Amino acid sequence: MLLPQTDRRHIGDRVFGIVLPVLGCALLAVALIIFFACAKLALPAIEKLGVLRLLTGSDWNPVEESFGALPFIYGTLVTSLVGIVLALPISVGLALFLTEMAPRQVRVVVAMLVQILAGIPSVVYGLWGLMVLVPLLRSTVEPALGRWLGFLPLFRGPPIGLGYLAAGIILAIMILPTIASVTVEVLRTMPQALREGALALGATPWEAIRLVVLPYARRGIFGAAILGLGRALGETMAVTMVIGNQPEIHASLFSPGYTLPSVIANEFAEATGAVHTGALAALALALFLVSLTLSGAARVLIRSRRLR
Amino acid sequence: MTAKLQVSSLNAWFSTTQALKNINVEVAANRVLAIIGPSGCGKSTFVRCLNRMHELLPGARSEGRVLLDGEDVYSKALDPSTLRRRVGMVFQRANVFPTLSIRDNVLSGLKLNRVKKNYQEVLERTLRQTALWDEVKDRLSSDATQLSGGQQQRLCIARALAVEPEVLLMDEPASALDPIATAKIEELIDELKSRYTIVIVTHNMQQAIRISDFTAFFCMGELIEQGATKQLFTKPEKQQTEDYVTGKFG
Repeated sequence: MLLPQTDRRHIGDRVFGIVLPVLGCALLAVALIIFFACAKLALPAIEKLGVLRLLTGSDWNPVEESFGALPFIYGTLVTSLVGIVLALPISVGLALFLTEMAPRQVRVVVAMLVQILAGIPSVVYGLWGLMVLVPLLRSTVEPALGRWLGFLPLFRGPPIGLGYLAAGIILAIMILPTIASVTVEVLRTMPQALREGALALGATPWEAIRLVVLPYARRGIFGAAILGLGRALGETMAVTMVIGNQPEIHASLFSPGYTLPSVIANEFAEATGAVHTGALAALALALFLVSLTLSGAARVLIRSRRLR
Repeated sequence: MTAKLQVSSLNAWFSTTQALKNINVEVAANRVLAIIGPSGCGKSTFVRCLNRMHELLPGARSEGRVLLDGEDVYSKALDPSTLRRRVGMVFQRANVFPTLSIRDNVLSGLKLNRVKKNYQEVLERTLRQTALWDEVKDRLSSDATQLSGGQQQRLCIARALAVEPEVLLMDEPASALDPIATAKIEELIDELKSRYTIVIVTHNMQQAIRISDFTAFFCMGELIEQGATKQLFTKPEKQQTEDYVTGKFG
């Protein structure tokens, strides 16, 4: 006999049926509220300067109330890109080592170290960057890069230490645990049968990785990189401490720059007047936009056939 | 008749469990040896010892002697990948490479081993051998995963044949297939034995009778009896063998 609909077991389902959609909508609502609060705050600056000038202007002068976001957008993109370019190969290599090669004991220890790396507060990274990394870059790394790769505009100019490169390296270290641990999870889902199929054809372990493991995992690795990129774009404290905080645009990675989150954090407390505050809010919107565009583009890419 | 593979005193373990106990077998060149026996008797472990796939599993090890044309397979001087080029393998479940096209699946072994060959010729020959050519010749560039289960398994056989191994190990290659696909694979084995030495694990005793020249019966990690297939199935020497082949147990 079928149980009546009022059976006690259905009550739980009904409660969930109401609570879960509410929770889901609340999440969306919070995002929208933040967006509109920023937009409202940004209104005075938008009215005075216009969206186009705010987004594409490269002048940032609070005294003259002239505001352009370009140096910050540039700094955010450049430091994040440097971070991802450095972190991705190392993380994927680390993940491959952990899943394909390392004996159990080594794997446990290294996995623990990666977890610890993920748990260090960003201000500590910033401090380390300022006291160890920046002097090292100034005295050794940047002069050497300038000597060997100085033909590229990226590696020209005086070695200052503080700048895009320092911020990028700090970001790379910070996002490495994220990318590596997601990649490890992806590689763990790899069917053993595929690996064996490659080995049975006479593949060496490295050839098996190239032939089947990496192609199988590339979508997942791409996703891991996007997660890392998201973290790099929004990172504030560590970057602020090592980037030099100059609202300028330079081709050289040795030059000091500025990022969107850094300038918001640095200037918001001291912003006088609705236009300055508004300009900073507009930067927050720009950061929102940059993140959305990049993750949107990543989604499109990940769905495209080429990455399958 | 010359022995292609000579196995003597072969023992294998999964950590502390012994999976093979003192196995002695010879596999004649250009013949089909069927390995039969109840589940968990060590059939798969045995073939995986022949191309050193067994030792890849965590905690697994083996000892004893396996000679391929008189050459010690377990010699330190022999790279397992070199061995596996000579001793190919087809698995129970088709494991086509999902990111590669039909063409690239077949040619993956050749490209891997940097063998310079007329790829198109190899492609057509191996796909014809596996009776796939007519079914896939118009879509060689499409994903291998679009093929049916039976086609995928034949593709895996084509992939193994493309590197031209001397020995072909088949671990229940038809157990996941329907009768028609199975028949195609059995036909193929019959054709292949003129050029290859084949060791095939099978659950299906009728299949062993149909396709093999020799049969070895394994039980609980031991080789109970071996001999000419006809002999083993009609006049087995051991009671245990008779009970198994007549369906009294297993």
